[in-house]
Amino acid sequence: MLETLITLVTILIKIVLIVAPLMLGVAYLTFAERKVIGYMQVRIGPNRVGPRGWLQPIADAVKLMFKEIIIPTNANRFLFIIAPMLAIAPALAAWAVVPFGETLILADVNAGLLYILAMTSLGVYGIIIAGWASNSKYAFLGAMRSAAQIVSYEIAMGFTLVGVLMAAGSLNLNDIIKAQSGGFWHWYWIPLFPLFIVYFISALAETNRAPFDVAEGESEIVAGFHVEYSGMLFAVFFLAEYANMILVSALAAIMFLGGWLSPFQGMGALDEMTAWVPGLFWFVAKFSVFLFLFLWLRATFPRYRYDQIMRLGWKVFIPITLVWIVVVGVAVLAKLPPWFV
Amino acid sequence: MIIEKLIFYVFAAILVFAAARVISVRNPVHAALFLVLAFFSSSAIWMLLHAEFLAITLVLVYVGAVMVLFLFVVMMLDINLAVLREGFAHYLPVGILVGLVILAEMLMVVGRWQLDKNVVKTAVETGSNTEAIGKVLYTVYVYPFEIAAVILLVAMIAAITLTMRPKRQNKYQKPEQQVNVKRAERVRLVKMPAEPRE
Repeated sequence: MLETLITLVTILIKIVLIVAPLMLGVAYLTFAERKVIGYMQVRIGPNRVGPRGWLQPIADAVKLMFKEIIIPTNANRFLFIIAPMLAIAPALAAWAVVPFGETLILADVNAGLLYILAMTSLGVYGIIIAGWASNSKYAFLGAMRSAAQIVSYEIAMGFTLVGVLMAAGSLNLNDIIKAQSGGFWHWYWIPLFPLFIVYFISALAETNRAPFDVAEGESEIVAGFHVEYSGMLFAVFFLAEYANMILVSALAAIMFLGGWLSPFQGMGALDEMTAWVPGLFWFVAKFSVFLFLFLWLRATFPRYRYDQIMRLGWKVFIPITLVWIVVVGVAVLAKLPPWFV
Repeated sequence: MIIEKLIFYVFAAILVFAAARVISVRNPVHAALFLVLAFFSSSAIWMLLHAEFLAITLVLVYVGAVMVLFLFVVMMLDINLAVLREGFAHYLPVGILVGLVILAEMLMVVGRWQLDKNVVKTAVETGSNTEAIGKVLYTVYVYPFEIAAVILLVAMIAAITLTMRPKRQNKYQKPEQQVNVKRAERVRLVKMPAEPRE
């Protein structure tokens, strides 16, 4: 009995060790977004709260916490309040199987990739329920758009994961990383390049980020599914969106850029010089690149038209992934070096 | 393991409650959400049996895709709840009859299980059961598997043909034409001398 209790407490501590830095990362990702987009548009961005604006996310959080939560008339009270929680819970739960280092992992499960896919597919419930429970036309339109978009892009995303699974021969995320060991040229982004691109664009669509942000589309439906939300409930939606961004970036780093592996493996002197760098550093560096891409794309591209989003998902991405899965199958059978030996 | 038993009873209780609410609740959206909860709890129970592949696939396919589309449709329908309540007493005898038949069938199946003790094992002890299922599915059951796949494909094509409208009635955009538009086709720069004011 005592042993079980100790195990439970250790697991709880590990969860806190993952979630606390993640929440801090989310807070500063919003800050980074405003700064990066600011500089891209030749502005300086937030610079008033704290030195160079560094305390801006804290100020935002405090403001949102103390704002009143308004529940619209005829809204479904219970579903209205539970919707943001349904949005954030899968975004956090998926981190349970993400490996931060060779042994730094909460749950080293065999079906890790499948678990991640299942968890990311649950995030859509928060959005649909929020849209329906708000009893508002704009919110409902946003929810419907989001549901259709997420279901469409999930298929392409699932197929890219099938490609990775075939290449690595395992659903365990740590095994997928180990299968890519051998330095920069051994990572899967080269043999699975089309899947890599499709995965990243589908990830943009799955997280409802620009240029696929029709679910919130400010110019058409005000703020989409969270138009009626205020205060802390709104903040939770916000946290969920950014936590999802970090999650899909981390997954892209794990599946295509070798996760916590050093990029200089097997490069002689460079490898020895960087041997002291922990794997966690490489992992964070890799997914930060994707996070920067998210912000960069938002500053660059206009919003996609709805019918074009559907066309891209169904008529372009699914055929590309289907063809490339066959190519990967041939490459694996032929034991194409240096990736599939 | 007392903890495992506790987890099982918690999820089993939630499952029974949610399943009962699916058919007893008035609002169809709430019913769909209770069905989601039921799927989720049964997936947790499968996970306790170490059937992790089936458990996660249940969440992925039914909760992540099928129920989203269900909700999508149910939310779009404008269902008048008063009309739904009217026929309750009228349909009750038929409902009870169907329920009893299903109950009898279930009892027969469950009764057979208890005779043969080897059918239900508490845990699957093959390590990674994703691999185990894959091996059986693609060797022993390869023909049934492929035939099921073909039937699903036929169903999909049939659904598309049934809902397809003749092309003339709809206005289609042609993306390949839209993408290939050149600047010169849309904009014309005209050089003209400056006009004097007034």
